[in-house]
Amino acid sequence: MSTLEKTEKEQAAPATIQQLSGSQAVLEALIHEGVDTIFGYPGGAIMPIYDALYDYNDKLTHILVRHEQGGIHAAQGYARTSGRVGVAFATSGPGATNLVTGLADAMIDSNPIVCITGQVFASLLGTDAFQETDVINITTPVTKWNYQVTDATEIPSVLAKAFYIASTGRPGPVLIDITKNAQLQLFDYHGYEFCNHIRSYRPKPIVRNEYVEQAAQLINEAKKPFVIFGQGIILGKAEQEFKTFIEKGGFPAATTVMGLSALETDHPQHVGMLGMHGNYAPNVMTNECDVLIAIGMRFDDRVTGRLDKYAKQAKVVHLDIDPAEIDKNVKATVPVWGDCKETLPLLTDLIKRVDHSKWLQQFRELEKEEIKEVIYDELNPTSEVLTMGEVINVLNELTGGNAVIVTDVGQHQMVTCRYAKFNSSNSNVTSGGLGTMGFGLPAAIGAWYGAPKRDVVAIIGDGGIQMTIQELGTIMQFGAKVKILILNNEFLGMVRQWQQLFHDKRYSFVNITSPDFVAVAKGYYIDGNKISERKDLRDALKTMLDHDGSYLLEVMVGKENNVFPMVAQGTSVSEIRLK
Amino acid sequence: MEKQEYTITLYTENSIGMIGRISGIFSRRKINIESLNTSPSEVEGIHRFTILITESEEVVRKLCRQIEKQVEVLKAYFNTNDELIWQEQALYKVPAHVIAEKAYVERLLRQYGANVVVIRNDYIVFETAGHREEIDRLTEELGKYNLIEFVRGARIAIIKESAGFHSKLIQFEKTEPSQEIVENEFLDQQDNVFTM
Repeated sequence: MSTLEKTEKEQAAPATIQQLSGSQAVLEALIHEGVDTIFGYPGGAIMPIYDALYDYNDKLTHILVRHEQGGIHAAQGYARTSGRVGVAFATSGPGATNLVTGLADAMIDSNPIVCITGQVFASLLGTDAFQETDVINITTPVTKWNYQVTDATEIPSVLAKAFYIASTGRPGPVLIDITKNAQLQLFDYHGYEFCNHIRSYRPKPIVRNEYVEQAAQLINEAKKPFVIFGQGIILGKAEQEFKTFIEKGGFPAATTVMGLSALETDHPQHVGMLGMHGNYAPNVMTNECDVLIAIGMRFDDRVTGRLDKYAKQAKVVHLDIDPAEIDKNVKATVPVWGDCKETLPLLTDLIKRVDHSKWLQQFRELEKEEIKEVIYDELNPTSEVLTMGEVINVLNELTGGNAVIVTDVGQHQMVTCRYAKFNSSNSNVTSGGLGTMGFGLPAAIGAWYGAPKRDVVAIIGDGGIQMTIQELGTIMQFGAKVKILILNNEFLGMVRQWQQLFHDKRYSFVNITSPDFVAVAKGYYIDGNKISERKDLRDALKTMLDHDGSYLLEVMVGKENNVFPMVAQGTSVSEIRLK
Repeated sequence: MEKQEYTITLYTENSIGMIGRISGIFSRRKINIESLNTSPSEVEGIHRFTILITESEEVVRKLCRQIEKQVEVLKAYFNTNDELIWQEQALYKVPAHVIAEKAYVERLLRQYGANVVVIRNDYIVFETAGHREEIDRLTEELGKYNLIEFVRGARIAIIKESAGFHSKLIQFEKTEPSQEIVENEFLDQQDNVFTM
């Protein structure tokens, strides 16, 4: 057909406007936003969307989870390994309320998530209709933004706004509640338009050069500069910019739990992890440095310990994208607002190349103390019972530090964060801020869909696995090749540790019994094994990693081992105890 | 830092649920809202919140940053009383016979600049506007003379230094981030910083 003919034809045909249902518009929006995987669970009020999904099966993969909490944690895991927006579907009422824990988790850990919930017909709102809950009000404090759609014509623009808000600035979860009538309603669809500006929303504060200059001046005058970094580096996709920055300045750098894997563990300037169960050197040196350079982290109380004794000697340079984080917990001497992907190169240009190897060496000296007092015994125990640390250590050797490590919450989490080796970013998936037990298994499923070519190892305690064990069913049905490593100490170990140390060993309801996990896995047609002896450890882990498919390995570890070092609550980071 | 009265002025989108969204930020931190007024602003489509709390400056500053984080909030300001012109309104329902029989009450109402809103056989409704203390004093006095009903409105306030929101809104409607989105006192304190 010639160009002329084509033009004539186009002119002849009146512009056809497509009629779509609200449900179809939702799915069209997801496709335009590049979504390929949805984690969800159907129900009455979201049935029109599921009906439309039936026809979109070739474009959108839907993973049917076993509980909506599992769905949103999976979406979080997906977001963390893929760096993209995770999507979860749930129905109204209980479906939506089951999302709340995950929303709170995603909010505090800044995960980009879009949740779509069904809602009763708009005409029934407020009548205590079947499966009606006030989802918008319930989720307001745990979402970055939420909105109720009662008219289908709003759907394209609201979904575009949802993805824009979830993924820009400091990311966070967004919930869109869509009444059933809006899902069913047919309307004239004019195509999908991406959102890139909302007048009342400023995702990125403008970078102000005067602050960058003053930060550089402060850093250049420092004798003992110390960098502490968080997830902001990963969220800003600024790993390379960060590395260039610390290498030029010669700074020792320590990570928060959420910042793990932003800088490879073996980097010569990586001095370990901060916080309550972090490493000895970075905690002690926080109160020794003269300039503390905090990047993409929010001074959580688990990182700072007692605030009035936190880095009081130091000038603080704080780089963050969220203005509300500046001065929230620790007063910044110089705040550098902005996306660290932009601010770090500006700062790198202005700082001097300095040799801080003597200062770095002081960290290494303290590290030796920690190795002597804690690490050596954890990794080379003299008793027969296995320690969590040695399991992680052997796992490191087998994966080479290339696996995605997902953890649940508790002792195993802290031990894993302390000992796991990371070679590349987006490899650490854990519930940092909220500390959600039960996060691990579903997050690992999502993490695998976010990075299906990578090894995904979920390290979970005997308590946490029992909170969301139903998600084994999701693995069974859809085949996520998640390796599940249960570290079983037959206790709710972290609570037991506190009861031992701070409550005179009055063990109150921390003694938890477990089913035969391997048998449970077998029940879900997932292979598994259980070991308790050191001689079997390496082979068992290797079998788990080599298995083509999901695999559950239960390792019995010391019952009353404690995680050390520890900054006890209400004490200063420099008062960190080694035993 | 000492607690004192702060008036928070918010410019927001006029969307459903804004009061809940905003008040949640206060209640989460167990901060009592003493008065809250919502109204249109000088700019069409932009809503104005006036919120009165008694807190320290540090708490109020942090609160305002958290409020500004809300997607629908354009800007949050906080001011002490001396930076504002503010008023509260009150309505009083007084028995008609009291006014007729007690010259003192009539004098009192004149003295406080109260205006008659409604006159009925059985009662008269007066209106007055002013600062909290004045209203409280009048209420106390009228209380001695069978005051039937009393209600006081939320504080509304005009910021003395403000040039209104029109020019700000133009800034907000531009797609690039605004210079002024966060202010910091650091720039004025450079001398104290570089003394290490």
